[in-house]
Amino acid sequence: MAKRIEAADVTAYYGGFKAIENINLTVEPKTVTALIGPSGCGKSTFLRSINRMHEVLPGARVEGSLTIDGQDIYDRDVDVTAVRRMIGMVFQRPNPFPTMSIFENVVAGLRLNGVRKKSILDEAAEKALRSANLWDEVKDRLGKPGAGLSGGQQQRLCIARTIAVEPQVVLMDEPCSALDPISTLAIEDLMFQLKDKFTIIIVTHNMQQAARVSDRTAFFSIEKTGDPGRLIEYDNTQKIFSNPSVKKTEDYITGRFG
Amino acid sequence: MSTLTSHRRSPAAQPPTLRAKRLPKWMPPAIALGALLVAAAIVYGTGLGGPVLVVVVGGLLYLGGLYAAANAVEGQRAARNRTWSALIHSAFVLAVLPLASVVWTLLSRGAERLDADFFGTSMNNIGARDPNGGAYHAIVGTLEQVGIATLITVPIGILCAIYIVEYGRGRFAFAIRFFVDVMTGIPSIVSGLFVLAFWVLIVSPYFSSTGRPGFSGFAAALALSVLMLPTVVRSTEEMLRLVPAPLREGAYALGVPKWKTILRVVLPTALPGIVTGVMLAIARAAGETAPVLLVAGGGAAINLNPFENNQSSLALFVYQQAGDASRYAPARAWTAALTLVALVLVLTIAAKLLARRNRLGR
Repeated sequence: MAKRIEAADVTAYYGGFKAIENINLTVEPKTVTALIGPSGCGKSTFLRSINRMHEVLPGARVEGSLTIDGQDIYDRDVDVTAVRRMIGMVFQRPNPFPTMSIFENVVAGLRLNGVRKKSILDEAAEKALRSANLWDEVKDRLGKPGAGLSGGQQQRLCIARTIAVEPQVVLMDEPCSALDPISTLAIEDLMFQLKDKFTIIIVTHNMQQAARVSDRTAFFSIEKTGDPGRLIEYDNTQKIFSNPSVKKTEDYITGRFG
Repeated sequence: MSTLTSHRRSPAAQPPTLRAKRLPKWMPPAIALGALLVAAAIVYGTGLGGPVLVVVVGGLLYLGGLYAAANAVEGQRAARNRTWSALIHSAFVLAVLPLASVVWTLLSRGAERLDADFFGTSMNNIGARDPNGGAYHAIVGTLEQVGIATLITVPIGILCAIYIVEYGRGRFAFAIRFFVDVMTGIPSIVSGLFVLAFWVLIVSPYFSSTGRPGFSGFAAALALSVLMLPTVVRSTEEMLRLVPAPLREGAYALGVPKWKTILRVVLPTALPGIVTGVMLAIARAAGETAPVLLVAGGGAAINLNPFENNQSSLALFVYQQAGDASRYAPARAWTAALTLVALVLVLTIAAKLLARRNRLGR
């Protein structure tokens, strides 16, 4: 079910600006991979190129090959919406749809892709909300607006919305940066549970978080402002945080740089 | 002396106490009353003018007096604050005054002919000596013309705005935006002339039963559409731009196609604003006189068919009755004006309620 992702020489541009250059890495199924590095080093750009969200911005494009179980998602005849259904994404700031209720938010992905049957939607909503550890908090007010929840609940609602379409990979772009420690803990716990079913890739600025939740860690960095971001080191999280093989990684995680 | 006592407190340092002297509560009203009394004494004493001048002079005296009193007791910052607050409040009153005056004039003068006859009959066979007569034909005309114009404008306008915001890239989108801006500046008489030349004289003969060019309510609706379109496009465009990009991305990330994202996420989020823009356009169109006069021709009889023969409209009715020699005509003009304002108001409230019902208010 969960898929292996292989990036080969991925280079991404914003117009004329090269944001990342020649990224090569392989993400194993049913693992949590953390992308860390200083601001502007291209972690988010790389993450967004994995489900073809990068190209949403005008002038943005990606070169190189990104394959998911051997299929190149940048092939000409690939349907973008199918890619995004397979590879879901949670954003930095919770973005529930303001005109929809909690229930409608969770099933938005299904409903907007043509699922009409109430029983299927009800079942999917409960399942997704339970997986996101939100069911008990919202089960009595599913008809209320999703924007009325607290920030942490909204973010879990967005996670529920993402996993309701049953993707195989979940990308998270700093999902906890706008949240308090308790909500952060709830979402980290959630990642442990979701790992059984999904491949998870998370961008984070919080190195303790990377060390806590991830199996593998990729460290990105830039030489100086304006240079493209590169992958410096990619290894088991334990190795990266205890005995990194590149000096730059060690400097970053010990706080001497970045 | 010790360094402590000789040390001067810099302006930025903390004041020793957080309390400051305040003007007593009764002071500002008392100053206002005093200012009015002094102003009345000056104005009537010199025999210069009436109550309006008293209020103007009184207002200026009040501002000066308030500043002086506050400056003496509370200090300069507080005095400035009070004076500017008073200025802002007077600006608000000045802005509302014309509106209140218009509503009051319409209500008081329009009430005279606010009867069933006015809403049930037309001006057909009403002579200069007949006190009755009504605006039924004009109400029907306004509703039909504005209704058709809205049906034409809203789909085109919203689709155009969606193109500009969501799909348009480069020169073509820029050109469309530019020409929409140019359209905003078209005087209504020009739009009327355009429809007269294009539709009434050239196209309408092919559709009319007589085969000759003719006025129609539909022609008026076309002219009104030309006027409404830029308003709808620009207001919708602004509203669509206000929809946060993360909402679109959230939908894309669920594998929702772009067109469905626009239809089901972007448009509902922007709906209340779009409705407001459409209502503004409708209000503008409903008040237009010149194009209706040019291409629908007006008329005294009831004509329910917007596609053939002359039609009137409320704005045109007001114009014609206000200029009519009959001594009963002005009352009809006032009531028609009241009806027009009430109509637009009711439509606006209805549209707002509809748009709100669509949002989650539970």
